[in-house]
Amino acid sequence: MPETLTKFIFGRLTLESLPLHEPIVVATFIAVALGGLALLGAVTYFRLWGYLWREWFTSVDHKKIGIMYMVLGLVMLLRGFSDAIMMRLQQAIAFNGSEGYLNAHHYDQIFTAHGVIMIFFVAMPFVTGLMNFVVPLQIGARDVSFPFLNNFSFWMTVGGAVLVMASLFVGEFARTGWLAYPPLSGIGYSPDVGVDYYIWALQVAGVGTTLSGINLICTIIKMRAPGMTMMRMPVFTWTSLCTNVLIVASFPVLTAVLTLLALDRYVGTNFFTNDFGGNPMMYVNLIWIWGHPEVYILILPLFGVFSEVTSTFSGKRLFGYTSMVYATVVITILSYLVWLHHFFTMGSGASVNSFFGITTMIISIPTGAKMFNWLFTMYRGRIRFELPMMWTVAFMLTFVVGGMTGVLLAVPPADFVLHNSLFLIAHFHNVIIGGVLFGLFAGIAYWWPKAFGFKLDPFWGKVSFWCWVVGFWFAFMPLYILGLMGVTRRVRVFDDPSLQIWFVIAGFGAFLIALGILSFLIQIGVSIMRREQLRDTTGDPWDARTLEWATSSPPPAYNFAFTPVIRDNDAWWDMKKAGYKRPLSGFKPIHMPSNTGTGVVLAVFSVALGFGLIWYMWWLAALSFVCLIATAIGHTFNYHRDFDIPAAEVTQTEEARTTLLAAQGAGA
Amino acid sequence: MSAHDHAGHDHAHGGAAHGSLKGYLTGFFLSVILTAIPFWMVMTGAVDNKQATAIIIMAFAAVQIVVHMVFFLHMNPASEGGWSMLALIFTVILVVIVLSGSLWVMYHLNANMMPGLHEMREMP
Repeated sequence: MPETLTKFIFGRLTLESLPLHEPIVVATFIAVALGGLALLGAVTYFRLWGYLWREWFTSVDHKKIGIMYMVLGLVMLLRGFSDAIMMRLQQAIAFNGSEGYLNAHHYDQIFTAHGVIMIFFVAMPFVTGLMNFVVPLQIGARDVSFPFLNNFSFWMTVGGAVLVMASLFVGEFARTGWLAYPPLSGIGYSPDVGVDYYIWALQVAGVGTTLSGINLICTIIKMRAPGMTMMRMPVFTWTSLCTNVLIVASFPVLTAVLTLLALDRYVGTNFFTNDFGGNPMMYVNLIWIWGHPEVYILILPLFGVFSEVTSTFSGKRLFGYTSMVYATVVITILSYLVWLHHFFTMGSGASVNSFFGITTMIISIPTGAKMFNWLFTMYRGRIRFELPMMWTVAFMLTFVVGGMTGVLLAVPPADFVLHNSLFLIAHFHNVIIGGVLFGLFAGIAYWWPKAFGFKLDPFWGKVSFWCWVVGFWFAFMPLYILGLMGVTRRVRVFDDPSLQIWFVIAGFGAFLIALGILSFLIQIGVSIMRREQLRDTTGDPWDARTLEWATSSPPPAYNFAFTPVIRDNDAWWDMKKAGYKRPLSGFKPIHMPSNTGTGVVLAVFSVALGFGLIWYMWWLAALSFVCLIATAIGHTFNYHRDFDIPAAEVTQTEEARTTLLAAQGAGA
Repeated sequence: MSAHDHAGHDHAHGGAAHGSLKGYLTGFFLSVILTAIPFWMVMTGAVDNKQATAIIIMAFAAVQIVVHMVFFLHMNPASEGGWSMLALIFTVILVVIVLSGSLWVMYHLNANMMPGLHEMREMP
């Protein structure tokens, strides 16, 4: 084939782009390919494609979409964690003249991929999945406001993840760190595809995140059950509302700044270059205007989870509900006033640095108020130390330490010493693992029975819990010490042999966390096998307080046969105390949204568009863009958007539950 | 039985107000006037000072945003049960924080980190 034609078809994709010279990547590819083939083979053998497509991929049911988000988060957690443990191993052995086992080119990709994946494709899907599943149930709604949009958002997030995963085997990922600061990420210093993978993966996933934010805000504002005023909303719904407001307000900034970076790289503009009036510092400023709210986007819903868990397992109404709500709202606003603390050292004057240092310290006040609210909720409660509660206590102990080191870093002179050191790394892992991850495990253990109708196995849950908590402390306390000694982040080889012992301890901690993840997977497997013993027939296995526990586990597609009327902020607790009786007759047909595959199709075209742009395959980019627009417009002519679940089917479902509950009552 | 039927709050004040021909025409003429004046200023050079011209144009643009919101987006304190207003206030606060903050920060960074050539020559 003539060279120009090859170049036209494949852009800059050549055989040399495949990382065949990296034995680690090749081995990974073989393992992934074999595993993937086995999985695809199994799905084909058991004839599950039709089932998966009809019941899951095209589903507009918020519960199924929520569960799919969680699956995505879990899969990407395994990838992100592999990156983590590879870094730990490298840093533990690269001493005394040893180069370790990763070359610089590969190592730089790994730390970038670890950060990007853990934030965008682990924490975000987990958090969004939890909100998607729980919020409509908690407010007594049948689905989100825009069910198709929800499905589309999910598949766009998957699309972004697919692009990041593709970079592992086709080309390379960015070598710039997870925020891709220019000028390093500019075309001059990063001429390869890595940064382009980064840009388009985040742009595709960002569409999903923003739309899902709009969707959930609308759901919470418009679809609450009658009687549920704003100040009767469960705290998790409140924190979800604030998180989604933050998403909608901040993600457009990320989109804009990445677009400007893309323009610099693709068409030679000079927004963030060193020449022609460009200013790379503007990129740092803008990306942290998104980046700081982002960390609150991650943590706020988990504060909600801890509130639900604490009050349920203490058997008490949440202490200080009103202050909890106001603390959340204050954090929402304040999170926009602190972004500069990420670059105190970039050269702002004393007045700017003091202003942002003080606003940062102020955030610890509403957060501290929340901590005391949880403690006072536990005070004189009848605490049941089930798995979600154990995670909550571990969170309180761990997160407070991370919070305090955060306040320490908020002092600009201290930050000048600790900036970009391993102390910072230890701090943000302390709050993200100790806050977000622990909260997710609490939330998963708490709502699992609601999602699947059986509890998680407590033994393996406890094994996972102890491995994670102890592993976390082993892995990150040494980094605090190393950071105080002046070790910076993203270093591949070390000269000073006295540092090695700390990296070995941190590596041991990472190994314990690996056992924690393994136990979590075993826990899921064991629970599925023992599901008959762990079965929840009541729909309310924890004697809980909020509305999602009023319906069956798993809930029917329509969630509630009749929309409940709310009189109190612990709605279900109030219903139980008032001797609530389930309605047993008079069911009506229920109007529901229909499934559609358009979301999947749009996401596939988006991935193709991204891939074309990354590799300069302009024909592919243009073609998929046209298809994308055509499909989106075509979908507006789809008038088969809804159907009615017949009254007979509703009656049947509800009667099955009545029988189950009666058996429960007789057995008790 | 749509899920929308039982939204939690009172619908008497809910929903956006619908526009009238008079409203649209008022909005249209206000927009035309607010656009024509800046054009006229630039084309005739009515104000000598360029910086003053720029500031006046920006002021007209800000007023035009309000005109669009009131006459075309039908926003008033009561629309959507007050949520539109709340969202607007929140957005304005954030935009002010982001813009003023960025200007302040970038001014500092420029002054401290990007000395121009002639200043470099004066440096010790």
